[in-house]
This record gives sequence, structure tokens and C-alpha cells, in this order.
Amino acid sequence: MAKIKPRVKVPKTASAGDVITIKTLIKHKMESGQRKDKEGKVIPRKIINHFKVDFAGKTVFEAQIQPGTSANPFLSFSVKVQESGEFHFTWTDDDGSVYEAKKSIAVS
Amino acid sequence: MQIKSASRLVGRALLLPTLALSFSSVAFAGPDENQLIIEGETISTDTKAAAGNPLPHLYSGWRFRSIETQALQADDFENPAFTAVDTGEELWNTVDGSAGKSCSSCHNDAAESMAGVRAKMPSWSDSLGKPHTMETQINACREEQMGAEKWKWEAQDMLAMTAYVGLQSRGMPVALDLEKGEMQDWHDKGEDLYNTRVGQLNLSCANCHGGNFGKMIRADHLSQGQTNGFPVYRLKWGGLGSIHRRFKGCMDNIRATPYKRGSDEFIALEVYTANRGQGLSVETPSVRN
Repeated sequence: MAKIKPRVKVPKTASAGDVITIKTLIKHKMESGQRKDKEGKVIPRKIINHFKVDFAGKTVFEAQIQPGTSANPFLSFSVKVQESGEFHFTWTDDDGSVYEAKKSIAVS
Repeated sequence: MQIKSASRLVGRALLLPTLALSFSSVAFAGPDENQLIIEGETISTDTKAAAGNPLPHLYSGWRFRSIETQALQADDFENPAFTAVDTGEELWNTVDGSAGKSCSSCHNDAAESMAGVRAKMPSWSDSLGKPHTMETQINACREEQMGAEKWKWEAQDMLAMTAYVGLQSRGMPVALDLEKGEMQDWHDKGEDLYNTRVGQLNLSCANCHGGNFGKMIRADHLSQGQTNGFPVYRLKWGGLGSIHRRFKGCMDNIRATPYKRGSDEFIALEVYTANRGQGLSVETPSVRN
């Protein structure tokens, strides 16, 4: 399916100082640019090349993604949270499109 | 010299059964005791068999899988089938065919209209004169109501739709209605097929999944062959597959000539196996190895 849709999982609540696990997944073909079609022509590269997570205006996680990453890249990471706020996820595609998702957490 | 080797053989022959015995009783003794909790909701993975069921107690295939595979199904986020479920949801709302309708034009919200559907499939269809499976029912809707082209049995769109519709029944007990139409005949035909030895290895379904579940068949832990989790995401396939694909795989393994997907034989077998799991919770979309 052509539609590119991100999914994120963030705990709804946490205590201050907790280390939480965030899981992210984006449905994407991740065409590596190494493959050829039936006529022998190279299928142009189209991958998510950059992923960034901001929390309260500060980048808490960032990744550069290279070809060779499988379709539907799943990224999971840990963050230490001190205060309530909103996570802002951005995936950047090779063609310049940006896919976004937001998820807030209540910290007590 | 000859005597010596013979005594060695005897020695080994004595040793082997004890080893085999300790293996089967310690490491691979039937289903485990793990509990399946998905998004905070407990899904029962075993139940007492209904009267007339050849099995004493029913266990979902989930209970026979490794902890790692079980964990994949216990979290909707990690369950790889959910990318297909997303696709299915999109398709549900996508207009297709000459009538200009989508599934949701008639059935509205799948969460309401499709709840419980998967649990009672296959079900009798008067217009068809035979049982409808999820696949044939969806295609009937597409052709008759939407004026759209039908999907192939194993097409990605079909699997996405059966997974999405099936998910709406998750946690509900499988409950087939054998009273309707000729369902009982189809069930009995399926039972015959289930117990008939076929192929070069001369095995029937029941030889493995009847009395021998819980044992190892080479590297695989034999389950009861329940169909409550289909379409299933199999790690071996790297994608979703239908019940009939699994039947075909089993038949290939016993060196038999498999029936075609959607054939009467497989539909009969599906009716029988579904009824054999009467009472088990629907787990669609499940994850297996």
C-alpha cells in the first residue's frame, strides 16, 4: 500500500526520573536503490533517511538511516523523563516529504 | 569381533529409550502455562472441549510457541501483522468497483458490524449452496454489492481485509453453527479428510495433531492445528497467510498433492478444524513460527 503511516507507542503516564521505552514504526517500502526492475533499470532509491524525536523543544533521539534498512523500519529507544510534555516524531523521506506524529506523556 | 559389536548395539539400544523418555517428559511436554495478555486484555488460550470433540482439552497454537514468538503476539505494536491490519482498515474505507461503494458504505464501523463474524466462520450460505469462508464472503460482497473485481485467495489485499475483519472478533469464542443448511455434511466430509492418510509419508492430519500434539516433529513443536488465529503472521513466511495456505503447507510436508486454495476439500477441512476448536478464543491476527 502506498500510504505511509507512522505508529508510535509511548506510555501514557510515568513518574519523574523514570526511564521509559518508546517504540516507533513507519510503514514504508524502503527501496534501497540497489534493485533492478524487469527491464534491468535501477529502481530509484526511496528510503526514510532521517528520524528525529523532540521533547519540549529539545532533541532527545536522532538517527540517520541508510539503505539496507528493511521495510517498515521499527525503532525503539529509552528516554528519561522529568516532566510532562509532548514527544514530536519526524521521519524524513528521500523525496523531501516529512511524516510526523505527536504523543504526550503525563509525568507525576 | 562380531559379538562385541552386537553387545555394543544392545548397550546403545538400552540407552536410547531412556534418553528419549527424559526428553519428552522434561523439555517438550505439551503446551506451556503462559498467559496471553494483549493490551491489558487477557485472552484465554485453552478451554474444555465440547462434547463429541476428539480432543480432551483445547489449546491454542500460541501455547506451543517459543517465548519470543509469544511476545510478538502479546503486543499489538510488535505484532508484524498489524501493518496489514492498517492496510485492511484503509481498504475498508476505500471505494472500489462500479457501484461506487466501499465496505463501510454498507457495514459502517467495522468494530461494531464485524464483531463476532470471524468467530462463526465458515458459515452456511443459501445463495452459494455451500459454506462461506471469510475469503468467499468478502469476494461475494465485492462482486455483488460493490461491482468490484474479486481478490485472489492469497492476495495481500485479501489477507489485509481478513485480518482487519477478523481482529474485530478477537477474544470471542469460536462458535460455528452446524445446524444451518448442510453444514453438518461439510463437517463430516472434513472429518473424513482429516482422518484419511495421504501422501508418500502416508499421514493424516490426525496422526500429528490428534494424539501427538505437544511432541516434537523434528525441530517443530506440534500444536493441535487449531485455526482460531488465522490469518496468521508466520515468521517462516515473513507475512500473513490464510488457513488454506497452511493446509497446503502441511500437505506438501507429507509429500501429498495438495488441494487448491478455495477448493471444496479445503473448505470442508476448514469447517471441521474450526469446529474442532469450538470455544477457543479468536486470536486473529496471531503470530506463529
